[in-house]
Amino acid sequence: MKKAVISLAMLIVLCLAFGFHTLAADKPPEKGGVLPVINLPIPKEPAEKAYLGLSGDGTFKIPQIKTNVVIIEIFSMYCPYCQKDAPGVNELYHRIEKDSDLKNRVKIIGIGAGNSPFEVGTYKKTYTVPFPLFSDKDFAIHKAYGEVRTPYFVVVKINDDGTHKIVHSQLGGYPGAEPFLQLVLESSGLK
Amino acid sequence: MNKKRLTHLIFALGILFVLFTAPFAYAISEAYKENIYRVGTLKPVDSVLKVKVGDKAPDFTLPVISGEKFSLSQYRGKKNVVISFVPAAWTPVCSDQWPGYNIIKDVFDQNDATLLGITVDNIPTLFAWTNQMGKLWFPVLSDFWPHGAVAKKYGVLRSDGVSERALFVIDKKGIIRYIDVHDINKRPPLEDLVGALEKLKK
Repeated sequence: MKKAVISLAMLIVLCLAFGFHTLAADKPPEKGGVLPVINLPIPKEPAEKAYLGLSGDGTFKIPQIKTNVVIIEIFSMYCPYCQKDAPGVNELYHRIEKDSDLKNRVKIIGIGAGNSPFEVGTYKKTYTVPFPLFSDKDFAIHKAYGEVRTPYFVVVKINDDGTHKIVHSQLGGYPGAEPFLQLVLESSGLK
Repeated sequence: MNKKRLTHLIFALGILFVLFTAPFAYAISEAYKENIYRVGTLKPVDSVLKVKVGDKAPDFTLPVISGEKFSLSQYRGKKNVVISFVPAAWTPVCSDQWPGYNIIKDVFDQNDATLLGITVDNIPTLFAWTNQMGKLWFPVLSDFWPHGAVAKKYGVLRSDGVSERALFVIDKKGIIRYIDVHDINKRPPLEDLVGALEKLKK
């Protein structure tokens, strides 16, 4: 029994050690590339689950979201520009949800770099963020995304065969809901 | 070497591997552009506390950016006080700490508390740096001269002249109720501070 515990502990330590190496990226995701492989927890909230077209428990990968385009915002509750842009990103969500044509074709998620679930919850509550936010407490995702500064936006096109491609990425400089939506539609070919 | 020892050795090596290869992590806000100086990984704590929970908090008077002076004693009998020492302006973790407190004034209000931010930087530096954070609802105090005197009084002045990343919660009677001298390389999780504030009511 003791042996089994030690072996398990060793396995965990080794997984962690190699995890850091395989996940760490030198540069941010770029246009034309693919996303780093990241497992996110399937939201418990039924509305969020439905929004992403997911079911059950456990984890999912971003290209499994049932949609054509995903906008990923890497943010932090501690980041002044993320705070300033938050209402504008919410507006983008509402603009898409009101458009029956776009509603099921474009989805938004946020990943809180270095933010605990409590901190992500604080950000969500403060700005009434309507789309799903995920905690990246130990910066694992942030590292996989090349330690970008925040806010960082990545737009991904998901193909019918399950493959995907990054069609746009940008650091800061959020131009407002409508110009950003146009940029998303053009870069992804939805328009 | 027997099998058990070997297992332990591999386990220890694994842990060391994780500790030394895990890159230090912080997400710098784009608000600061390229102006954040990368300090690398520092010794987690480099001072010895001179106060403890239950002690009366040493009083101090320091200037703030607006030119006024703030004393800890002015809150006695009126408000609980959170003191947030951060090591230095324009450094990675500090730059992304106070902007978080800036959006939770409601949490401080609910717990009848206020916040005092302190660094050992001089006023012009604090002015330029905190301007990047947007409008702050709490005062930022300069412990620049005599250099780090307040940090020293609390035992959070490091050997290189900057302060620790430390949080002190002081109740209305002026008694220290919570201390977190945090690993300088990491940001204290918000839930710990909020938990300490909520405990004041009990």
